[in-house]
Amino acid sequence: MAGADGDDSLYPIAVLIDELRNEDVQLRLNSIKKLSTIALALGVERTRTELLPFLTDTIYDEDEVLLALAEQLGNFTMLPPLESLATVEETVVRDKAVESLRKISQEHSPVDLEVHFEPLVKRLASGDWFTSRTSACGLFSVCYPRVSSTVKAEIRQHFRTLCSDDTPMVRRAAASKLGEFAKVLELDYVKSDIISLFTALASDEQDSVRLLAVEACVSIATLLPQEDLETLVMPTLRQAAEDKSWRVRYMVADKFSEKAVGPEITKNDLVPAFQNLLKDCEAEVRAAAANKVKEFCENLPEDNREQIIMTHILPCVKELVSDTNQHVKSALASVIMGLSTILGKDNTIEHLLPLFLAQLKDECPEVRLNIISNLDCVNEVIGIRQLSQSLLPAIVELAEDAKWRVRLAIIEYMPLLAGQLGVEFFDEKLNTLCMAWLIDHVYAIREAATCNLMKLVEKFGAEWAQNTIVPKVLGMANDPNYLHRMTTLFCINALSEACGQDITTKQMLPVVLKMSNDQVANVRFNVAKSLQKIGPVLDSNALQTEVKPVLEKLATDTDMDVKYFAQEAISDVKLRSTNQSSAQDRPPLAALQNKVF
Amino acid sequence: MSAISASEKVDGFTRKSMRKAQKQRKSQGSSQYRTQSAPVELSPLPQLKDAPSTEQQELFTKKLQQCCMLFDFLDSVMDLKSKEIKRATLNELVDYVSTNRGVLVESTYPEITNMICTNIFRTLPPSDNPDFDPEEDEPTLEASWPHVQLVYEFLLRFLENPDFQPSIAKRHIDQKFVLQLLELFDSEDPRERDFLKTILHRIYGKFLGLRAFIRKQINNIFLRFIYETEHFNGVAELLEILGSIINGFALPLKAEHKQFLMKVLIPLHTAKGLALFHAQLAYCVVQFLEKDPTLTEPVIRGLLKFWPKTCSQKEVMFLGEIEEILDVIEPTQFKKIQEPLFKQISKCVANPHFQRALYFWNNEYILSLIEENIDKVLPIMFGSLYRISKEHWNPTIVALVYNVLKTLMEMNCTLFDELTSSYKADRQQEKKKEQERDELWKKLDELRLSNTNLFQNNSRGLPCVQNNNNNNNNNSNNDNQDKSAEAAAVATDNKGPEVKDPDVSVAA
Repeated sequence: MAGADGDDSLYPIAVLIDELRNEDVQLRLNSIKKLSTIALALGVERTRTELLPFLTDTIYDEDEVLLALAEQLGNFTMLPPLESLATVEETVVRDKAVESLRKISQEHSPVDLEVHFEPLVKRLASGDWFTSRTSACGLFSVCYPRVSSTVKAEIRQHFRTLCSDDTPMVRRAAASKLGEFAKVLELDYVKSDIISLFTALASDEQDSVRLLAVEACVSIATLLPQEDLETLVMPTLRQAAEDKSWRVRYMVADKFSEKAVGPEITKNDLVPAFQNLLKDCEAEVRAAAANKVKEFCENLPEDNREQIIMTHILPCVKELVSDTNQHVKSALASVIMGLSTILGKDNTIEHLLPLFLAQLKDECPEVRLNIISNLDCVNEVIGIRQLSQSLLPAIVELAEDAKWRVRLAIIEYMPLLAGQLGVEFFDEKLNTLCMAWLIDHVYAIREAATCNLMKLVEKFGAEWAQNTIVPKVLGMANDPNYLHRMTTLFCINALSEACGQDITTKQMLPVVLKMSNDQVANVRFNVAKSLQKIGPVLDSNALQTEVKPVLEKLATDTDMDVKYFAQEAISDVKLRSTNQSSAQDRPPLAALQNKVF
Repeated sequence: MSAISASEKVDGFTRKSMRKAQKQRKSQGSSQYRTQSAPVELSPLPQLKDAPSTEQQELFTKKLQQCCMLFDFLDSVMDLKSKEIKRATLNELVDYVSTNRGVLVESTYPEITNMICTNIFRTLPPSDNPDFDPEEDEPTLEASWPHVQLVYEFLLRFLENPDFQPSIAKRHIDQKFVLQLLELFDSEDPRERDFLKTILHRIYGKFLGLRAFIRKQINNIFLRFIYETEHFNGVAELLEILGSIINGFALPLKAEHKQFLMKVLIPLHTAKGLALFHAQLAYCVVQFLEKDPTLTEPVIRGLLKFWPKTCSQKEVMFLGEIEEILDVIEPTQFKKIQEPLFKQISKCVANPHFQRALYFWNNEYILSLIEENIDKVLPIMFGSLYRISKEHWNPTIVALVYNVLKTLMEMNCTLFDELTSSYKADRQQEKKKEQERDELWKKLDELRLSNTNLFQNNSRGLPCVQNNNNNNNNNSNNDNQDKSAEAAAVATDNKGPEVKDPDVSVAA
């Protein structure tokens, strides 16, 4: 480390500490963020003897500075300042300090851990003010696996104490670390210690503590053998599913899956509980449960899965389809299609199809969108034809929705729909929609429509493009509205590559060239940009004889933007013709475009 | 498509006012989680005043039990008859406990508290509006208010009845009761919070054994509000109660109370919705300082630590509070905090938009404090004031600053002249210092770079941290490249069409 020892004359500690103490918060913050540089200048020894005490003692600063400090200290093995930071009130600072301490703990040998680290945790755990105790909760699990059994017993005792702390903040911290701590404990202690703590926290007087216990329940359940679950976990879970606070019930609906508990308990307990959650009086809970319908059904024991779904789950699902709350309906719509793979063809047609159709007619666009976005699941089971008659009106209505975000969403599903429905159905029913979007009054929609065409061509091929969309796109070049004329250019930019050299040269290029005489400057400079863009697709002959003269003419335009883009395009085309072999390389267009806008 | 109004077609965004109108239609919520099955139909009982006095007690109990039945108010046509019977009964009960003497015999206490608990203690419903902004949005009102209001009224009359015996009631109105009552302060319905405020205040007054507990739980609610949820609707109401509690603290103040001031009240200033409860908060703080002036220094240092950086609305509130504190400050305390305080005030004065701080100079008492300590205050303030008098864009402000400078000059003419003449030199000195700092860091960075090359593998103890500045630069570049859908949609096109294209007026 000889080279790293600081030079006293160059970097006196006073100057460096002055920087860390500067009156201007921003400068102080900058210095803290370069703490490692300062430490480097001081050398190891002086960092330990001079910088460390300073950092430990002068921790009364703005939280922003403390946050930076807590983060920086994760790179050093300096416990004392982090211990102070772990007692700070501001949550982000404290959390960062704990994170750094956890990181550092990994670098301690088991001996160091017991000599230096564990005493720190103990001090925090028995601190006066709640902040240090909450920080301690996050540190037990990192020490526990690597210390001796006496120390282990102490740690367990500390954790127990904090679980019944007087302050709800500490109990919340303990409850949120319960699952993590359970994972590092020996199974016997999980059964003896964790379960009783879990039961106590799950019946805490504050719902904010109870709901965290529910979260821990998931990891605890995975640790226990099947036969213990019924006696150790289920009574508490049953109680939580019927808690008087909707927040706790929400947590049960959101977090609990039956993967952890096995078929018997599932049938006897979880199914009725889940039914109740689907029928809960608070929409939040119903929505969380509705979101889990598919996952829940998938994980049911296979031998009588179908029967459970048909008799217990499906009746609730039917009710949710006409729920009063749109979040519930849209949560359901996002998963309901998944049930068809589980229930098979006949059940889907008889029971699910009416529900899909009802949701496709829902007043809320989000519900309809969610159904449409998951069509692929149904397609596999019954084929999309069954739905197509109802699908079409739903799609048309969404395509013309007053909110452009809704229109945008349905455009994004078009390539997927096209793939599912096939080219004939598409040509017959949806093609007109796709073309109509090109003249939407919102730019984002026109842009998305352009991109959509490109994806469709990739799917259906160049020949299809030549017959169905290219003529329509090129026809718009004569539109009286210059925005529509520009859309032609944008489409050509997007389509040329997918359509190939032939179509681009013979059909698109003449139109683009003709538009170079447009009276609107915006159109003209977009011609220049288009020529640059489709250049790589054209052969060198067309480039030289047709493109170049037009660009040269545009380069003498009266409008400065037209000139600029024409020149950009010329230099790009030149580069290309001198370097024919790399014709496939794309120019760094993004950079050019950003330069201007 | 025909049903869409022209304005909606144009921007596609629903305006905030429209969204609000939609919301107001269903601004009622209720979360009576029905553990009981469907409510049984109630049948009216005879009037209490008509019953012979020997049977009155029993009838009173029966009526209390009848009022334990809960109804669904979200369905406004359900159980109409029974709802009306319960409402009438509650009215009668309110009347009964407020006008009659001798009705509160010991055996009725459990029935009374049971009826109250059943009706008012509930988990509050999830907010209708997940990003409810108390300053902007209409609150969701409690749907079952026609009944709940009467129950609160009854509870209040019960507590205020001259025959009310805390020694008997404390078996029922206990810590658990208070805890549940405090949770209700989160109600979005201001009518409910108002009742709760009065009720909690009465309980605090009558149950000495619960006082410490109540204070501690309020403490916890505030801490959760500040550091965990940032959401609690009843902060202002709780502070209002505390204001009168602090007033009654005995001297010298207990450590617990001082801790409450420093660790709870001061950090409360960081809350996002400070405007909703700042008046009550400032009142509490000033109450503390009037009780014990030695707390002034830590309080002001605390406020300076949490001084708002970007929110000028909040900064105005802080300045208001500082002025309230300066109004009651003792001169000895003023000396202790004048330096850090006036450094902050100097920064406020230098703000290009906002000069609330200048109004301190209209306050006679503050002016006298400044005059006493002019040799300390003037050097701190001079730079900012002098610069503003030369550079500020707003003539009114410049005039204001001239007045302040004049006042300061009259306080100590010689010092003022000295500062004026050394102003330029001081600025140059500052610049030089800045250069020195830049050079120091340059050297340090070079050292780091050469060291990273030498000790590639030595990451422990002295690791290299990537230069933060570089990262920042990269981020800003990325931002430019991000094209959000909104931006694309709003900026319909690259250039103004009107100028260049005469024939597009038909478009769109």
